[in-house]
Amino acid sequence: MSKIKMPKSAPSLDMTPMVDLAFLLVTFFILTANFRQNEAVMIKSPSSHSETILPQNTMLVTIDSAGRVFFSLDGKEVRHNMLQAMADKYKVKFTNAEINRFLILPQFGVPMAQLAEYIRGGEKERAIIDKKSVGIPVDSVNNQLGDWIAFGWNEKQIFQQTNNIPKENWCRIAIKADGQTNYQAIKRVMDIFQDRNLNSFNLITDLEKETP
Amino acid sequence: MAEIIDSGGGGGKGKHQKKRAKKHSARIDMTPMVDLGFLLLTFFVLTSQFSKPKTMEINMPVIPKDTANRMKIEDETALTLLLTENKDKIYYYYGMFKSDASIIKTTDYSKQGIRKLFRDRNKEVIEQVKKLKEKYTKNEIADTTYKRLAMNVKGDKTAVFVIVKADEKAKYKNVIDVVDELKIADVGKYALVDISPAEKKMLELFK
Repeated sequence: MSKIKMPKSAPSLDMTPMVDLAFLLVTFFILTANFRQNEAVMIKSPSSHSETILPQNTMLVTIDSAGRVFFSLDGKEVRHNMLQAMADKYKVKFTNAEINRFLILPQFGVPMAQLAEYIRGGEKERAIIDKKSVGIPVDSVNNQLGDWIAFGWNEKQIFQQTNNIPKENWCRIAIKADGQTNYQAIKRVMDIFQDRNLNSFNLITDLEKETP
Repeated sequence: MAEIIDSGGGGGKGKHQKKRAKKHSARIDMTPMVDLGFLLLTFFVLTSQFSKPKTMEINMPVIPKDTANRMKIEDETALTLLLTENKDKIYYYYGMFKSDASIIKTTDYSKQGIRKLFRDRNKEVIEQVKKLKEKYTKNEIADTTYKRLAMNVKGDKTAVFVIVKADEKAKYKNVIDVVDELKIADVGKYALVDISPAEKKMLELFK
């Protein structure tokens, strides 16, 4: 019987296919990943059986469990004009640098008087303000949310019309609220929308596991 | 694993010795690259989120400017739900509100509770929608026709009209649960309405 010959060099494996695959996967995940936006507050949405996926283009109003209101809207041009309109109305001045920073702000929930400070702050400062903030005022005397909505919606409409965006991709209203929020707070936000003739909402929920 | 290549293969041992090409020079050590690749892979696998948030569409009735134009709801078809802080109780009554505690009934958020109530109340609509769906799956009717017909059935005059009223203490979750059940039971006509003072008083009695 002949001896089993041991290979002289260290055993080697052709790793090329594995590496190919790994990088293919990396590429896939890089391209498909959309990073979770830095959210100002933690929201635990209630669950429902609805399987409709949230449209991409939304005006999002977030209400946390304490009833504080946060606002967010996409589109740099739209945000720029919206902030300008708000600044004019509330007589708040923003520097160019502040406006540019506002354009990339994910979500905000501070009264106008505090907004400049909020924009200037870094991530840490913003988190501190978010914790203490009272949210965007929604009471009828000082209805800042109403103005954000009105200006934002208006600018969005103009933008959508001038850019010939197909109707089905137009901005929708999304309301995201914590399950433990008092319904009164949500009703107030809906009323503000309805005062401006906006009657159709998308309520954001998680998918319930149990089958109907 | 890829083998580690000895860097001292080709020599510059003496100044006058000719440089010789390495024996394994065609091979590059890929280990760091592979490490990096897998690191990135792990990172993206862990951070990517596939579940997009779901949404429920809800259309609120347009508030009419003049009260005379308000839609009148047939008494027989109306079903009013009263939601309050109580986590597992829904109070409801049929038809018009009377300040009489005996008209108020209670149910809960479970399958046997609210879902059964809606199912029983909306039986005909559910059956008709089911038939339509069967036709649709058999390709007898087109997509748009199906949607339109289903809409007609759900919006029928005799179909149940559910009015959801939540007081200050009710939680958002309760409202969402009820709206969800409404969708499951194919109820096409429903509205979220403010609670009236008389109804609030009534709820006090049940505490």
